[in-house]
Amino acid sequence: MIAERQESSEGLTIRPDDSGHSNAREKTEGTGSVGTEKLTPELTDFIIRWRDKPGNLIMVLHRIQETYRYIPRAIAFQVADLLRVPLARIYGVITFYHFFRLKRPGRHLISVCMGTACYLRGAEDLIQELETLLGTGLNTVTEDGEFSVEAVRCLGCCGLAPVLTVDGQVYGRMTKEHLADILAKYGGQSLSAK
Amino acid sequence: MAFKKFVLVCGGEGCGSDLGTNLCDAFRREIRDRGADQDTQVVRTGCFGFCRKGPVVKILPDETLYVNVKPDDAAEIVFEHVLRGRPVTRLRYDQEESRRLTRLEGSAFYHKQFRIVLRNCGYIDPESIDDYIARDGYAALEKVLFEMKPQDVIAELRESGLRGRGGAGFPTWRKWVFTKEVPSDEKYIICNADEGDPGAYMDRSTLEGDPHSVLEAMAIAGRTVGARQGYIYIRAEYPLAIKRLEIAITQAREYGLLGRDILGSGFDFDIELRLGAGAFVCGEETALIASIEGKRGMPIPRPPFPAVRGLWGKPTVINNVETLANIPVIMLRGGKWFGSIGTATSKGTKVFALTGKVVNSGLIEVPMGTTLREIIFDIGGGIKGGKKFKAAQTGGPSGGLIPAAYLDTPIDYESLGALGSIMGSGGLIVMDEDDCIVDVNKFYLEFTVDESCGKCAPCRVGGRSMFNLLTKITKGQGTDEDVDQLRIIGHALQKASLCGLGQTAPNPVLSALRHFPEEYIAHIRDKKCPASKCLDLVTYYILPEKCIGCTLCARHCPVNCISGERRKIHVIDAARCIKCGECYRVCKFEAVSRG
Amino acid sequence: MGRLTRDDLKKMREAKIAERHPSPSVIPAAQVVVGMSSCGVAAGAQEAFDAFAAELAANRMDHVKLQRTGCIGLCFSEPTVEVAAPGLPTVVYGRVNSEIARRIVREHLIGGQLLDDHIYDKPAADLWNAPSGERKE
Repeated sequence: MIAERQESSEGLTIRPDDSGHSNAREKTEGTGSVGTEKLTPELTDFIIRWRDKPGNLIMVLHRIQETYRYIPRAIAFQVADLLRVPLARIYGVITFYHFFRLKRPGRHLISVCMGTACYLRGAEDLIQELETLLGTGLNTVTEDGEFSVEAVRCLGCCGLAPVLTVDGQVYGRMTKEHLADILAKYGGQSLSAK
Repeated sequence: MAFKKFVLVCGGEGCGSDLGTNLCDAFRREIRDRGADQDTQVVRTGCFGFCRKGPVVKILPDETLYVNVKPDDAAEIVFEHVLRGRPVTRLRYDQEESRRLTRLEGSAFYHKQFRIVLRNCGYIDPESIDDYIARDGYAALEKVLFEMKPQDVIAELRESGLRGRGGAGFPTWRKWVFTKEVPSDEKYIICNADEGDPGAYMDRSTLEGDPHSVLEAMAIAGRTVGARQGYIYIRAEYPLAIKRLEIAITQAREYGLLGRDILGSGFDFDIELRLGAGAFVCGEETALIASIEGKRGMPIPRPPFPAVRGLWGKPTVINNVETLANIPVIMLRGGKWFGSIGTATSKGTKVFALTGKVVNSGLIEVPMGTTLREIIFDIGGGIKGGKKFKAAQTGGPSGGLIPAAYLDTPIDYESLGALGSIMGSGGLIVMDEDDCIVDVNKFYLEFTVDESCGKCAPCRVGGRSMFNLLTKITKGQGTDEDVDQLRIIGHALQKASLCGLGQTAPNPVLSALRHFPEEYIAHIRDKKCPASKCLDLVTYYILPEKCIGCTLCARHCPVNCISGERRKIHVIDAARCIKCGECYRVCKFEAVSRG
Repeated sequence: MGRLTRDDLKKMREAKIAERHPSPSVIPAAQVVVGMSSCGVAAGAQEAFDAFAAELAANRMDHVKLQRTGCIGLCFSEPTVEVAAPGLPTVVYGRVNSEIARRIVREHLIGGQLLDDHIYDKPAADLWNAPSGERKE
């Protein structure tokens, strides 16, 4: 049944619209393949438990991203099926909210806070330095798949500005000089030496 | 050895480190010479705030605060106060000042801060419902359930003068009355904890420190308007707050303080969490509702207001975290008590996340009517590194910039509105001479443009146009007409946008044009950025009279565009310079200049 | 404890209040309260908490109550810790890493001295003790 659904949905392959407003373009993988991920039994149970609650979609997507760190395309198809909502609606919700990702992030995810306090205290310099150290820009993954860097809105640790997190661990009162050491902690020596 | 008295000498940055050390030495000498060092300890502390009146000295356990203390005063304080127990009145902080502020009869605080919302943060274990109950927790709900009718609750709220703390400042009692008076089989209470203002964390701190206060208030709201279900809409980016709320909800259900037949009163009320997913527009009530319904968070035109037609078409009260956290205290102490704090139109306190270029950034709660100067210079300890204050922004991307001339304005909803800003949710960002007003305007507009949902054209197109104009100006390509354009588009946005996001998006720019026109003029006519922030308008050069040829700058330049031999004057090749500022930063002789 | 009635809640509150404000003849136990909101944790509050626990255990000081709490508000000095000990004024320490935590146990709780350079002023008075026309007590 899922397979059928996939085929029928291929016809309405989702492409970022050209209105230029949505950030769909950078989020989508741009490939036609659906992927092979299967919902785990726990996730299936979770979705079924939430199925009859109104307003369930966002809660379900959160749970999925918690598991996979992004929303894999194949999983979105299965969610559409289980929740009995059109895939387009799921895609619409994913692309509307900044929190959801359509692309698998690097093994270690670095989030640089770009809240006002961090911005004023030099968050941009941190992003630039990370770009130099990792050789790749915002919202992309390093060639070896180890790191990706994203800018986030506000981590709410303004007293420690500027702040970044690596895999959820918060590093406050950052300067450019700290970054190579932090990357090294996550196995990024070779990169920082470059 | 057991000390009985303690002399705490402030050694904070604001007083200057030498001054603090000298003062500390003076007290230590004096205590020793007087033979009091067996039972009195002199302690050097971190910054105590009050830097305008610094250095300060506090005597414990008496809790006496001395201000503007000089080393020469040590002898008198030690002899009179420490030895003989007679406070030195000429140096003692005048407590009348804070009494005037809070207008609390009999108050003996020297603190500028007064915590109602954050009353339990720092006292209770947030994961223990027993701790909350020990500090009058759920006593307000009990009172509402057994001793008050819904109209009594409304009357108390009305007398308190409580207004919404999420931004616009709508009277809370009115919202409740609207919902109460609509007949409906289902009604809902929503707590807006989608704190979207970048640089603000009041709600996160409240929920992490005292989650039960919000649950209790929501149950009171439910009882008053006739709702049985509440939702807390919280940012997914706040995992600890979510965890503590989940624990709190479980505990409250176990104790029968949520769920069926609360405390045997026959009243049913329960609360569920709904996670936001990073959309600033969801701070707008109708967008928030769409998001809880599992949809894209796009606002819809009002009326009908959510109070009448909200979640799933049912009457819905939406209050933010801070508003709700005030309510149990109002119910217990009375609207009259609450109304005695603050200014004529704005009652109670306001929590601010004080951040940016301030020495002591912190989460603070002050009575309405406190001035920005008191917040930034007394509580915040002034500007970092002794730099000059330039502006403060309240209200985040929806607020405006307030210049130094208005530092003494008592803060309330009306006074901030008159300055072209808004109270907002409580972000308070301090900027110094190194911050460029145009650049900050651009930062905020980039945010609102990115967060615009795109539904209505004024916001979608207007915001983008304003952003493009600002980009042009920061590149040195701006004209005087661009400023007129900014004003025209800005005013159109305020009038024609569908929701608050678009209506307030031009506030930072419009307030800057009003209070900081010279910054725009410098960028447009002189092609200069006074703060040297806009890179296209900055050039780095070496002052020949100061350069000693140490080669430090040349060695640090990442693009090798600085030439010169040892002990010879160096030169920057402006064509190849990437304006990273390394040379400016490393030069020990102030020989690198920019402008 | 299961579901409460109105009376249960009242009794519970009174018992808790009595526990918090023991009679003058009872010497209250020492207490270490660690600010553990997100920023505190980000700045190392958990490490400080663990260091307190370890140092207290090493000195067999089970009578000292170690507790967590929310944000005290002094974000610039996180992690912050409030220390109350019998016979000593209650103070707030800021920038408490594990080393400072161990020193607080040894010098403050055991030695009866306050530490230099780490004390900050508690930013606001306690509402609970604030005057109010409405409170009956």
